[in-house]
Amino acid sequence: MAQHSNKLAKIQAVTANRLLDGHVVYFTAAGEWSDWVDDVVLADGKEDADALLAKAQPSVETRHIVDPYLFEVDQEDGKMVPKSVREKIRMAGPTIRLDLGKQAVARS
Amino acid sequence: MYRYDQFDHKLVAERVNQFRGQVARRMSGEMTEDEFKPLRLMNGVYLQLHAYMLRVAVPYGTLSSVQMHKLADIATKYDKGYGHFTTRQNLQYNWPALEDLPAILEELAEVEMHAIQTSGNCIRNVTSDQYAGAAADEIDDPRIWSEIIRQWSTFHPEFTFLPRKFKFAVTGCSNDRAAIRVHDIGIELVRGKDGDVAFDIYVGGGQGRTPMIGKLIGEAISREDLLAYLESTLRVYNMSGRRDHLYKSRIKILVHDIGAEEMKRRVEEEFVLVKKQGVLELPQEEVDRIRAYFEAPDFEALDDECAELTAVMASHKRFGAWVNTNTAVHKQAGYAIANISLKPIGGVAGDASDEQMHIVADLAEKYAFSEIRVTHEQNLVLAHVKKADLFALWETLEANGMGTPNLGLITDQIVCPGLDYCALANARSIPISQEITERFADLDRQHNIGELKLKISGCINACGHHHVGHIGILGVDKKGTEYYQVTLGGSADEFTAVGKIVGRAFTEHEIVDAIETIVEVYLGLRESPDERFLDAYRRVGIAPFKEKLYADT
Ligand code: SF4
Repeated sequence: MAQHSNKLAKIQAVTANRLLDGHVVYFTAAGEWSDWVDDVVLADGKEDADALLAKAQPSVETRHIVDPYLFEVDQEDGKMVPKSVREKIRMAGPTIRLDLGKQAVARS
Repeated sequence: MYRYDQFDHKLVAERVNQFRGQVARRMSGEMTEDEFKPLRLMNGVYLQLHAYMLRVAVPYGTLSSVQMHKLADIATKYDKGYGHFTTRQNLQYNWPALEDLPAILEELAEVEMHAIQTSGNCIRNVTSDQYAGAAADEIDDPRIWSEIIRQWSTFHPEFTFLPRKFKFAVTGCSNDRAAIRVHDIGIELVRGKDGDVAFDIYVGGGQGRTPMIGKLIGEAISREDLLAYLESTLRVYNMSGRRDHLYKSRIKILVHDIGAEEMKRRVEEEFVLVKKQGVLELPQEEVDRIRAYFEAPDFEALDDECAELTAVMASHKRFGAWVNTNTAVHKQAGYAIANISLKPIGGVAGDASDEQMHIVADLAEKYAFSEIRVTHEQNLVLAHVKKADLFALWETLEANGMGTPNLGLITDQIVCPGLDYCALANARSIPISQEITERFADLDRQHNIGELKLKISGCINACGHHHVGHIGILGVDKKGTEYYQVTLGGSADEFTAVGKIVGRAFTEHEIVDAIETIVEVYLGLRESPDERFLDAYRRVGIAPFKEKLYADT
């Protein structure tokens, strides 16, 4: 599987899929789930990251999301940019169908 | 075509209702994801990168036009207006919402379709030769036997929790169009001693992490013994197959570990016991009952020569090329088998829009006795078309992006969804395929290269059959970056072979040039235009390709 996270990673965030429609969501500072990667809350270092993942876990029990996990993020020009190709594709949608996925929807 | 009887209807309806209850309980919190996941998988529902994915079974790749219309309607109503035809002859929707799935399954049931046996460690949807019932070279219609196997295997209580998934493929003749030697069990119809239809049983083939070619274990098994023999094979696997290691639990590993001879001995030992019980003897009346569903349509008595067709072919180059590459010889005089390419240049292999699905269904109604086939190479087939209708058929196909004359050529690729959709992927497959088709878009160039099967998988699970591509491409992940490993010399026909890795993997930016280099090396060394890529490779081996590819390193 493409890389999700790396033990030495500095900056990570939490993502999951929403139970109802399976769409990609991101864990925010308010403890909620957003469709947009720019809303993620960041964790610096392994301890922070584990704590963040633990904080996201109750959303599994409340049936909001499934399979939360950590992924690495960079910040470029104030934008959150996932490091791996896999997470870049999850963030945007299929690279061969730009009319589908989040890339096709303007953020309101 | 097979039609549901009352038991089939009841069974599928019950299954839909059960799933509706399961989805409701999941959404209300009565069920955890761990509890729900195996249940959704048993109904063909996966969770992929962007959304859920529903895999709909198309048993042995045969669809009616009514079913195709329904698949199109579901794509419009519940999905994003398209579907993806897979190497398992199934159809996948990429965007259904969880709460809509019971309604989708209910709509499928209305046209005698379902998503059973498309996932989980059970006997999966049986695949077969797309030319069944039409091919001039077949011994018998493999769909009859595929349907019998389907009925025997569906919800078989003993084989619901096998060590791993289990795939059957059946071919009607010695020309293998169903890749039977890379299936857990591959069946070839042969003539038995008495001249009746009999079955050669290949066991332990497969792709994935450990590609293996199936071994001939049962030779010319008779009609009455077919199910007993298959049951015995499955029993040996169910009892002795490993369950402790995901990568070692397919039957191919068992056959490899104990050897084909020992496998055969164990199966035959079990076979004696199963036969003694007698319940699995397949009676002729049952075969006749199933055969009646697959009777040949009402063909007209025609001359095989069609002057009209010859004339249009001569005056219309692209159509002429299409007839030469995309049609196959039919057993009935005056008819042809028409292959519909789902591989337009720059397109997504195997994808069809809702509109295209409706058009194919309409064309099937008009020209092909309302019947459609899905091929494991991700194309569609109208099996019985009058030669005199081919031009009209092609014109509509061409106008709707489905008339590309590229069957079996370098742009007719098998391509898995890869990292654009698949949660297990290491790398993208589709954009690589698109770039290669664009590089080789020129039809004269493609025809000059001749038969060349290029297959791409986005990970080692090999849904894109890369191991058996004449040229195979495997996506690998190196620290979050996509790389592509190339294999040469694979093949999935009656001379099945697993391709050899040519050398270090290529980057996304290098891979298309690498493929072009391979093709140029082949063109430079072939003895004549009749020597296909695979023949030339088998003659010269991997060295000349390697040399050229890595000349500067
Ligand atoms: S080969 Fe891998 S990437 Fe491609 S569809 Fe199969 S599991 Fe997904």
